[in-house]
Amino acid sequence: MQNFTPYSAFLGGSLIGLSAALLLYFNGRVAGISGMVAGAFDFKNSENHWRLYFLGGLILAAVIFNLFVPHAPATYSRSTLLLIISGILVGYGTRLGNGCTSGHAVCGMARLSIRSITATITFMSVAILTVFITRHLLRISL
Amino acid sequence: MTKNRAALLCGILFGFGLTISQMNNPDKVLAFLDVTGNWDASLAFVMGGALITLATLQHFILKRPQPIYDTEFHLPKTNNPIDKRLILGAIIFGIGWGLVGFCPGAVLAAFGDGKIEPFVFTLALGAGMMLFGKLHNKN
Repeated sequence: MQNFTPYSAFLGGSLIGLSAALLLYFNGRVAGISGMVAGAFDFKNSENHWRLYFLGGLILAAVIFNLFVPHAPATYSRSTLLLIISGILVGYGTRLGNGCTSGHAVCGMARLSIRSITATITFMSVAILTVFITRHLLRISL
Repeated sequence: MTKNRAALLCGILFGFGLTISQMNNPDKVLAFLDVTGNWDASLAFVMGGALITLATLQHFILKRPQPIYDTEFHLPKTNNPIDKRLILGAIIFGIGWGLVGFCPGAVLAAFGDGKIEPFVFTLALGAGMMLFGKLHNKN
């Protein structure tokens, strides 16, 4: 566990929790990112514009962080084909399952939703299995 | 403040949360998922921090009659039945997540790196969502 960073992880996680709490407090909405991405491009209804503001704020923060805070860069060693396959699976799967890591594993689990707990256990287990198969059985250096 | 400004503020907090915890770095996420390899437990601490903070604050928030800028809390029911769709969706998401290490929030926070890979992934993510819309929203 040479790269284990418990303090920054807990701090960052707490900010994510604070963000989700404030979104509930102000707008009465669940901070599920996959649902926001799916609903962000419905321009006809001005009630949906908040999603674009949230996603814009998320990206803005990431750009500011990248400019001013030194951090270990990601390697991005994956092929374009794999990125595309993975992206399609994540996009399709999160719509079919009504949520992703933020909606199910944070917001849903915090409310002890049985659906969210089931979804989280399922996608965590499958993702762990996927990494095991690709890294250790097939020995693909992804 | 308005509904949109509140969302912007929340998005900024969420983005800093993802970047400070390095969850926008797929190497970090894959190291968590690689339980039989050189395991990095950090993601569990991210979830722990998020769950403790949110569960504590929402305990008080949900006692209010309504949110500040809306007439009701828009919450999915916690006792909806578990169906095949939920499980199948979670399996498909899990495979995609395990292949690259990006989830929808993390990939957007990776835009800050200025690399091409997060954009490619996000386009494919949008395509997957549109595919879902085509196949499932027949009305």
